[in-house]
Amino acid sequence: MAEKILMKGNEAIAISAIRNGVDGYFGYPITPQSEVMETLMKEKPWETTGMVVLQAESETSSINMIYGGASCGKKVMTSSSSPGVSLMCEGISYMAGAELPCVVVDVMRGGPGLGTIQPSQSDYDMIVKGGGHGDFHNIVIAPASAQDMYDFVDWGFELAFRYRNPVVILSDGIIGQMMEKVELHPAKPRRTAEEILEAAPWAVTGKPAGRPRNIITSLSLDSDIQEVFNQKLARKYAEIEAREVKYTEHLTDDAEYLFVAFGCSSRICEAAVDELRQSGIKAGLLRPVTLYPYPFGRIGELAGQVKSIMSIELNLGQMVTDVRLAAGGKCPVGFYGRQGGNIFTPEEIVEAFRKFNNLK
Amino acid sequence: MKEEIIIAGFGGQGVLSMGKVLAYSAIMQDMEVTWMPSYGPEMRGGTANVSVILSDSKIGSPIVTRYDTAIILNQQSMDKFEKTVKPGGLLLYDPSGITRHPERKDIRIAQINAIEVAASVGNSKVYNMAVLGAFLKIKPVVSMDNVRKGLAKCIPARYSDLISLNEKAINEGHDSVLIINEI
Repeated sequence: MAEKILMKGNEAIAISAIRNGVDGYFGYPITPQSEVMETLMKEKPWETTGMVVLQAESETSSINMIYGGASCGKKVMTSSSSPGVSLMCEGISYMAGAELPCVVVDVMRGGPGLGTIQPSQSDYDMIVKGGGHGDFHNIVIAPASAQDMYDFVDWGFELAFRYRNPVVILSDGIIGQMMEKVELHPAKPRRTAEEILEAAPWAVTGKPAGRPRNIITSLSLDSDIQEVFNQKLARKYAEIEAREVKYTEHLTDDAEYLFVAFGCSSRICEAAVDELRQSGIKAGLLRPVTLYPYPFGRIGELAGQVKSIMSIELNLGQMVTDVRLAAGGKCPVGFYGRQGGNIFTPEEIVEAFRKFNNLK
Repeated sequence: MKEEIIIAGFGGQGVLSMGKVLAYSAIMQDMEVTWMPSYGPEMRGGTANVSVILSDSKIGSPIVTRYDTAIILNQQSMDKFEKTVKPGGLLLYDPSGITRHPERKDIRIAQINAIEVAASVGNSKVYNMAVLGAFLKIKPVVSMDNVRKGLAKCIPARYSDLISLNEKAINEGHDSVLIINEI
């Protein structure tokens, strides 16, 4: 039987990085995710797996250290919270432009600005719609439990290397700070030099005779070359959208009303759905697990089945734009949210639901 | 079985670690758990609280506003959480420093003088375990055997000599709880 350990979501990220053969972590402390680096420093993986753990002088520095590590084909990652991730966006864009794999964890807090240190989901637009300048997408995955935090590190690297693209684990203060039971899977060793050559033949690992130079750059001064590259990215994104969409559903089979929520909000929403079911209202929940690619197709199907959809988020209404797009006018789409680090309760969601749907 | 608990007091009373021992004990009993702390500036000396949910099945929302049990260790927490106990639920509190005692008649109320218990055991740091023992006397949601296992998971190996002291505090707390209101 796999070992079950009580740990915070943030600790799960750190332990998972060590156990899944990550080569390097570079970060800068910020609440509510400081336990990621704290745990790594406590575990001292450089003495066991050889993983590098370094506190950089800033978030800008950490993301660029990752650019360097990833250029060598290494599995490298960082974590931060909203204001720190803002600082990383330039580097993330450069990595998308250089087609470099990496995992960035954003444990969101209330904003804008320095905001609060309490949980929020206010970076949806920043990360899902951008995450840096230019014409690109991050692959964005949204954990809803400490177990997800553990599992998504490995899944994140799998996606990052498959598509040579940055992956953002978009989490929040609840999932980061909450302790839950985490089941540890068998540990994987770090990749050997040979395995890196195989997994990342594009990496700059020293040029042997007989192959052209590998060049890692996001700079192109020729518009025609840049356009060809952008169109190559478009084909990659089309493949990601066709193959990698992931979501979970709760009581949607016979649902007459649908909630859409991700991350911690999906957990709170699930309780609201159960409460509504107890009073005879057929509610259901769809939780997007991938935020890019987004489950437009499935939400569109459900929009044809239900009387209304509500998007429930810890922000002023960011994902609701995508829900509306998915629903395509087939049913009314509403929104309920809390902001600034405040968290809704299931009862509050039920009340907002009854108001939106004119139900007593 | 599902038990939703809030533990609230001052930073330094061991509120968060009491919740952790309880949660780990429940894992040893193969239950599902969530442990959600208040992690704001209050961690640096003001009030601290943690909500712990123990359940036989998967836990949806880790955020709840009404509790089966409130364990209250200072006046601010009494003012905030007395009203959040579900009717028929339990309010367990340490009377030291409490100026306004709980008034509700629709819940069970119990007292534990944990400072006294910790003093009798000989170490003020096991204060929180005395409170935990009192809770487990009234609501034996986890077996003492699993509490011992949970405790061993929470105490770092280099302090393993403290396990027996903590156990003693749990047992003494168990025997020292005073029921104030039965329903």
